[in-house]
Amino acid sequence: MSVVDQARAPGTGPSLNGQRTSAAAARRRRRVRRLTYVAAVLLSAWVLVPIYLITVTAFTPRRVSYQFPKPLVPTELSGETVSFFSHSAGVLPALGRSVLVAAITLGLSTLLGAPAGYALARHRFRGKEAYRLLILSTRAFPVVILSIPLAVNFITWGIYDTTISVALMHTALALPFTVLITSSVFVSVPRDLEEAAQTLGCTPMSAFVRVVLPLALPGLAAASIFTFVLSWNEVFAAVILTLRQRTLPALVLSTLSTSPLPFRFAGAFFLLAPSLVFIFVIRRYLLGLWGRVSR
Amino acid sequence: MAGAAVTRGRGGRLGWTPYLLLAPSLVFLAVFFATPMFQAFGLAFQAPGGGYGLDAVQRMFGDVRFGRALTTTLVLVVAIIPIQFALAMGMALVVNARLKGTDLWLYIFALPLGISELAAGIVWFSIFTEQGWLNSFLEQAGLIERPYVFLSYQHPALLILAIVLAEAWRATAIIMIILIAGLQGIPRDYTEAADVFGADAWRRLRYVTLPLLKPTIRVALILRTILAFQAFATVLALAGSATNVLAGEAYRWYQTLREPRVAAAYASLILLLSVASTVLFLALIRTDEERLA
Amino acid sequence: MAEIRLEGVTKAFDKVTAVDDVSLDIADGEFMVLLGPSGCGKTTLLRVLAGLEYPEGGRVRIGENDVTDLPPRKREIAMVFQSYAVFPHLKVFDNIAFGLRMRGLERQRIRERVERSAGMVELSDFLDRYPAQLSGGQRQRVAVARAIVVEPAVLLMDEPLSNLDALLRLTFRAELKKLVGELKTTTIYVTHDQVEALSLGDRIAVMNKGRIVQCDNPSRVYADPASQFVGAFIGNPPMNFLSGRVRRNGKGATVAIADHTVVVPAEVLPAGDGEVLVGIRAENIQAATEPFEDAVRASTQVVEPLGSHLLVTVSIGEQGLKVVTPADFPAHPNRDLWLRFDPAKLRLFPAGRPEDAVAAAS
Repeated sequence: MSVVDQARAPGTGPSLNGQRTSAAAARRRRRVRRLTYVAAVLLSAWVLVPIYLITVTAFTPRRVSYQFPKPLVPTELSGETVSFFSHSAGVLPALGRSVLVAAITLGLSTLLGAPAGYALARHRFRGKEAYRLLILSTRAFPVVILSIPLAVNFITWGIYDTTISVALMHTALALPFTVLITSSVFVSVPRDLEEAAQTLGCTPMSAFVRVVLPLALPGLAAASIFTFVLSWNEVFAAVILTLRQRTLPALVLSTLSTSPLPFRFAGAFFLLAPSLVFIFVIRRYLLGLWGRVSR
Repeated sequence: MAGAAVTRGRGGRLGWTPYLLLAPSLVFLAVFFATPMFQAFGLAFQAPGGGYGLDAVQRMFGDVRFGRALTTTLVLVVAIIPIQFALAMGMALVVNARLKGTDLWLYIFALPLGISELAAGIVWFSIFTEQGWLNSFLEQAGLIERPYVFLSYQHPALLILAIVLAEAWRATAIIMIILIAGLQGIPRDYTEAADVFGADAWRRLRYVTLPLLKPTIRVALILRTILAFQAFATVLALAGSATNVLAGEAYRWYQTLREPRVAAAYASLILLLSVASTVLFLALIRTDEERLA
Repeated sequence: MAEIRLEGVTKAFDKVTAVDDVSLDIADGEFMVLLGPSGCGKTTLLRVLAGLEYPEGGRVRIGENDVTDLPPRKREIAMVFQSYAVFPHLKVFDNIAFGLRMRGLERQRIRERVERSAGMVELSDFLDRYPAQLSGGQRQRVAVARAIVVEPAVLLMDEPLSNLDALLRLTFRAELKKLVGELKTTTIYVTHDQVEALSLGDRIAVMNKGRIVQCDNPSRVYADPASQFVGAFIGNPPMNFLSGRVRRNGKGATVAIADHTVVVPAEVLPAGDGEVLVGIRAENIQAATEPFEDAVRASTQVVEPLGSHLLVTVSIGEQGLKVVTPADFPAHPNRDLWLRFDPAKLRLFPAGRPEDAVAAAS
C-alpha cells in the first residue's frame, strides 16, 4: 500500500517543440521544482512551528507561561509545568478515563461495524446501496444535535455522567467510519482467497479467520487507531455528557475560564502528544482511509 | 461477475447472513443516532408544560447573544473555507509532485489530523495571547514595545482572524487528504497531454487539474462547511466569552443555564444550516455528468 | 476419482441467466474442457460444480452423491483459480499444506505429501519462500500443487494458464497435460482458448450463452462442428463460411457458390433446399495458380507469410475466405488463384442461424 502513487513530477513530460525550446522547458521545470520545495518548506513551517511552541511551553518552568517576552529558543527546560498539570486535581483520572472511553469505543465500534463492513464487501443483497447511503449520510450530522437529546436520554436511563455514556456516544460517531473503512479493507482482500480456502476444507468462518483476517489486519489496525484518536479528541459530547467523570478534553475545556495558563498549555500538549505518535504510525494508511471512506 | 458469497441453506439462497451482519450496527445507530436526531427536534419544539410550542425557539431568537452567535458562525464559515482550501491545495500539490522526501512532507502536513479543536485552540491562544509568542516575536524583532491585545472583544476582527487561523491550521489536513485522493484519481495522461501541447504548470493546474477535481472539491467543501458550523472548542479556547458561536451557545444553554430545550433549538438550527449549505453546494457546483444529463 | 453428472443446472444472476438448463456427464478420470467466449457461462458452471454458487435449478452429482446442497469443503474437490489465489501471508509450504491441515493429517504425512507434490511441479527449492517472492508462473505452480496434494475426486481449473505470457503458456500446457495424465483425476478445465481445449481435453464442451452447443472429442469438434458458431470458434484460422444454394438432383445434390457448383456428398446435406452456409477449413482447400478440374477462381487480397506456411486471404466474388498454402507457394496479391474444396471436408449449416446445431450435441 503506497502512500503516493508512482507518478512523475509535473513539468517532466515530453515536448513537441524539439531541441530549441527544450533548454527553456528544462529551466522552467527546474524553477517549478524549486518553487515546490519552497512551498513545501513554508507549509511545513506553518504546521510545525505552533507544535514546537506549545511543546516548548509545556517543558519550560511555569513562570515562563506568564513571561513576556518569551524566548523563542528556550533558555531552560523543566518538567515543572507538566508535573503541575498531571498533579492537578482530577487530571490523572481524566486521563485514564479518556483512555478507557477510547478503548471501549474502539472495541464496540469494531464489534458492531466490522461485520457490517464484511457484509458490504462480500455480499449482494437488497438494500445494500440504501444502507451504504445511510451510513455515508450520517457524516453530515453534527455531534451537537446528537449530544443534547442523548444527554437527556442518559439521565433518564441512569447512565448519565459515566464513561460508558461517553463511549456509547463516541461509538455512534465512529461507527459509520468503521463500517466504511472495514468494508474497503475487506474488499481489498480478493474473494478468490476465501473461496480457495473453502474448497480446501474451510467453513466460511474459518476461511475468514485464517485468510481474510491476517491480510486485513494492517488496514483494520489503522482504522482502529483512527477511531481511537477520534474518541480521544472529541470534546463537545464529552463535555455535555459528563459532569464529574470528565474525560481529559472535557476537563480542560470546562476549566478554561478559571485555569491558570500553565495548566491550559500543558493540557493542550497532553491532548496533542499521543496524536502525533498515532499519525506517525498510520501515515501509510492515511490516504487509503479516505479513499476508502469516500467510496 | 460472480455473485454473492455463498449463503447456504436449503432453499434459502439469498440467505439471512448479510442482514444478520448488518443488524447490530443498524440497531445501534437507530438508538444512538436516529432517535436523538428526532428527539432534538422534538425537544426544540416542546412547550414548557408539555405538548408543542415555539417557546424554546422564540427564546433562542430573542436572546441578546443570538445575533452575534449567528453572524460570527457565518463569518467563520465564509472566512475559513477559502484560506483552508488554498493551503490544502498547496499541500496536496506538493505531495502529489512526488519530490524527494514526500513521505516526510505528508507526515508533517497530516500531523494536525490527530489534533483536537480544543488543543488547536489552546495552541493558537498561546500564540495570540498578551504574553504570547506572537507578541514575543514582535517585541524581539523590535516592532512593538508593549504587548498588543489581540484577543479581546474590542477587536472582533482580530478575534475572528485568530479563530480562523487556528481552525485553518487544524483542519487543513483533512481537506488535504481528500484533495490528494482526488488528485490521484486523475489519470496522468491528461496533464501529460497538456504538457505536450504546450501548457505550463500553472495552465495545466487551471485548465486540466482543477476542473477534473471538481467533484472532489465539492465533497471537501460540503464536509468542511458542515464541520465549520459546529466550531466550538476553538472559539472557547481563544475567545472565552468575548464572542460566541452557535455550538457554544448550545453548550451554554445546556450546561450553564440548564435549558436543554433551547440548546436543542440551537442544535436544530445548526443542522438546518448544514443541510442548507450542502444543498447549496450541490446545486452550485455541478459536475459535468450532472450538467449533461 | 469419480464421475460427474450435471442435470438441468440453471444459474441466474439478477436478470441474467448465466447457465441455462445444462446437463453433462463426465466419466471417471476424464479431462473435460469447457470452452467458450467470455460470458458463455463456463466459469459459472464450474463454480456451481465447486459449490461456490448455488443453482436455481438442477442437481449436481459427484460419484454416488448428490452434492447440490453441500458446501465446497464437503465435495472432495480441489480448484485452481484463474488468479491462483495463493495465500500471500503463508509460505509456499504452508500454502500447499493448507488443505491437508484442514483435514487434520499428521505432521509427517503432510510433509511427505507436500514435498511430493512440490516435486511434481518443480517447486521443491521454493518451499520456504513467500508468494511475493515468486514469479507469476511459480505462483501458478503453487496453486496447482495445492490442489493436487489433497488428492481430490475432482480437479477443477478456471483458466489457469490465461495469466501467463505466451511462451510460458506453451510450456505449462504440456506439463499440465503430463501431470494430469499421471494423476488420472477427473478434471474439468475452463478456457476461452481453443488451442488449449484441443490440446488438453479428452472431450470439449463448447458453450455459448449459457448452453452447451457441442460436446465431443477434439477431432470431431474440429472436423465436424455442430453449428456455425462452433466452426468459427474452433481452429486458427476459423472455419470459412460461404453462402451457397443447395440444388438437389437424382443422384445427390450440388451447392452453388457464386457461379461455381460444388458436388456435395449425401452425408453432409441438411434437409431441404435453399440457402446454406458452406463451411470449409483453410487447410482443406487445394490451391493452384492455374485452373484445374473442379476449381473455382478467386482473387488474392492479402498474403501473410507465417513462417511454416502462408495464410492467404482471397475473395470469390463478394465473399472472403482464408486459404493455407505451403510456404513456398507463389501467391501474390491481385493474382488469381484456383481453389478446390475437398468435398469430404465440407460442412453445411443453415443460413442465418449461426447458433443452431445441425445435429444434436452428443
